[in-house]
Amino acid sequence: MNEILLRNRGTANLHTISVYREQGGYRALEKALSLQPDDVISIVQESGLRGRGGAGFPAGAKWRLLTRYRVKTVYLICNADEGEPGTFKDRYIMEFDPHCLIEGMTIAAYATGAHHGFIYIRGEYDWIERVLELALAEARTEGMLGHSIMGSGFSFYIDIYRGAGSYVCGEETALIESLEGKAGRPRLKPPFPAASGLYGEPTVIHNVTTLSFIPFIIINGPDAFKGIGKNRKEGTKLFGISGHVNRPGLYEYPMGTALRELIYEAAGGVRDGKGLKAVIPGGLSAPLLRADEIDVEMDFPSLNAAGTMLGSGGIIVLDEDTSIPRMAQKAAAFYAHESCGQCTPCREGTHMIKFLIDRINEGQGTGTDLEHILKLCRYIRGSTICAFGIAATMPIAAMIVKFRSEFEALLRS
Amino acid sequence: MDGRHIQTVDGNTVLNVARQNRIYIPTLCYHPKTRQAGKCRMCVVEVERMPGLQTACSLAAREGMVIHTSTQRVVETRKMIVELLLANGKHNCIACEANGACELQEVAYRLGIEKPSFPIAERDMPVDTSCPMIIRDMNKCIHCYRCVNGCNNIVVNEVLEMGYRGSRMTVVCDTDKPMGESSCVVCGECVQLCPTGALVEKKAMGKGREWDTNQTRTTCPYCGVGCQIRLHVRDNEIIKVTGEENVEPNFGTLCVKGRFGYDFVHSPHRLRKPLLRKNGRLEEVSWDAALDFTAEKLLEIKKTSGPGSIVGIGCARSTNESNYVMMKFMRAVVGTNNVDHCART
Repeated sequence: MNEILLRNRGTANLHTISVYREQGGYRALEKALSLQPDDVISIVQESGLRGRGGAGFPAGAKWRLLTRYRVKTVYLICNADEGEPGTFKDRYIMEFDPHCLIEGMTIAAYATGAHHGFIYIRGEYDWIERVLELALAEARTEGMLGHSIMGSGFSFYIDIYRGAGSYVCGEETALIESLEGKAGRPRLKPPFPAASGLYGEPTVIHNVTTLSFIPFIIINGPDAFKGIGKNRKEGTKLFGISGHVNRPGLYEYPMGTALRELIYEAAGGVRDGKGLKAVIPGGLSAPLLRADEIDVEMDFPSLNAAGTMLGSGGIIVLDEDTSIPRMAQKAAAFYAHESCGQCTPCREGTHMIKFLIDRINEGQGTGTDLEHILKLCRYIRGSTICAFGIAATMPIAAMIVKFRSEFEALLRS
Repeated sequence: MDGRHIQTVDGNTVLNVARQNRIYIPTLCYHPKTRQAGKCRMCVVEVERMPGLQTACSLAAREGMVIHTSTQRVVETRKMIVELLLANGKHNCIACEANGACELQEVAYRLGIEKPSFPIAERDMPVDTSCPMIIRDMNKCIHCYRCVNGCNNIVVNEVLEMGYRGSRMTVVCDTDKPMGESSCVVCGECVQLCPTGALVEKKAMGKGREWDTNQTRTTCPYCGVGCQIRLHVRDNEIIKVTGEENVEPNFGTLCVKGRFGYDFVHSPHRLRKPLLRKNGRLEEVSWDAALDFTAEKLLEIKKTSGPGSIVGIGCARSTNESNYVMMKFMRAVVGTNNVDHCART
């Protein structure tokens, strides 16, 4: 069995609690509640589950950080602000399998000692919010959520909060600020949310997909999860494949699957029989790969070694007719628009990069423009408050470095 | 730090350690009063075994930390920040009120930047002149948050906030109203904290810059708090008043009267000599004549109607010492307890 999250895809009315339970739903919660919280953490830690939002932080280790705060109020936040361009995995889970997320959240809450959880959902997902609300109501009615879940004495409540349309609110501290009712601007770190998060209390934040793996891991044990990935890479990954392919869509494959296999087997290859130019492997912020680099295995260390990242698993395929400078222009406009504006390198830098790339695309670029962009990318990285600065510069630098001739052809002679 | 072994107390910031040891780390958003902000990223340093660059203003010094304050990466990052600010803002020192007292100008000078290497993206935002005392030119704003922090955390007027995002981010008054129509009480804390010429005193426009003025520290004459102020004087005229930082009781903070109400000093309507009403008209007399007249009348009233028919009102703008003498005069000389203070009446 290679599918975990999509194993029930196609089951009618999976979003209802009765169908979810017919498929074995909420058994993991029952099992978890019969264990000690520390044992639940150990199982997740042993499974090697790493955060699926993009950063890849080990989930069990994150929970372990929280255990020292058991005497305090602990909050659990589900990051459902799916904003990375090219990414559409969380929405599938929330829309079609919401109880899997709710069950995963409740187990995570039990393990970390949280009694209040929030789902911070992307503002545009209004219909999905309604699906979730119904699912939460069902779970409460059936005693899977709320006061003394399944008579265990453990209580956990979930509220949904809709974002207002800001990309940077996917950054955990910006998300927390937004959840507190403030403008979504990242905080200085340290302190990290595990020590001081929502309302200054210890907070654990996970992506939807990460939390949705938890029920499987609890039921089947850490080895079942670990065993799926190729070459002992942990578990599966949801890949949203979009762009110039024959079968765009959401696919679940073991960690370590070759990018080539995903493009040519899962997604049916480049559409209209065209050649492949480049692939963005993990959402827009992941530096793109040339056509000759797609034998890379899709997992955290392999992609890092290839100079890019697994990120959100949003794969954007670009055919041979795609203009990389135009792609860079779109990306630069996006990042300049989404920069929160708080710190200088990001606010002014993304704006300047956009200005220069626009100018190049309009045929007005000068000889030093490319060097200026690369210099900006080099020094913005690592000097900003949050990871947005890195996310905004890495892909653009890669586009210029790997397809420099396309940019140079546009410069004013 | 930079190869030197430095001892410090636990919890001291890296920026403080550097300053105490005369190691230059430039800052723009840091101010002793609003403290760390971590916004401008000018104070970045490299710390061994820590990823990326760290802001010295927010980083607590720890035992064994190895800090480099001027590596190539650090210097290039700082230069990039200043060049971006210069390119994206409208910074023309020649005509700027803040020339000579501008922290952006200072860091550009220290880093040897004459003009930005990036193309200058002309910003042209309307200048807000709606406030009677303050001019806000957001083209010169470097988004350091000092005014916002001052307004919200020091004077707690809660008028200023950062609005919008990205390159459109700007300081807004209330819900983005002109300053003159906002709930601003014109205390001028924001002007005092502004590191550039984005916020300046309207009345001081064109009257002289830092190097043109003699500056004198004195006590505000308005009330008994005794705020410490600094008069900026050019050609025997007060052109500006600022609060004296780092000293009690006000630590630089002033009210609208103390900061902006200094015109009376040079008013032609100001009384310079005593006036005595003779035959229904006020006439100038000498101090001796005025005092003699007053003493004579007070004695007469005391004799005919008793000391209880006389009341003394002290002035809030007087010093404690003057008010003490006033009290003593009423009780010991006039012989009444009828003495009060204008702020209670």
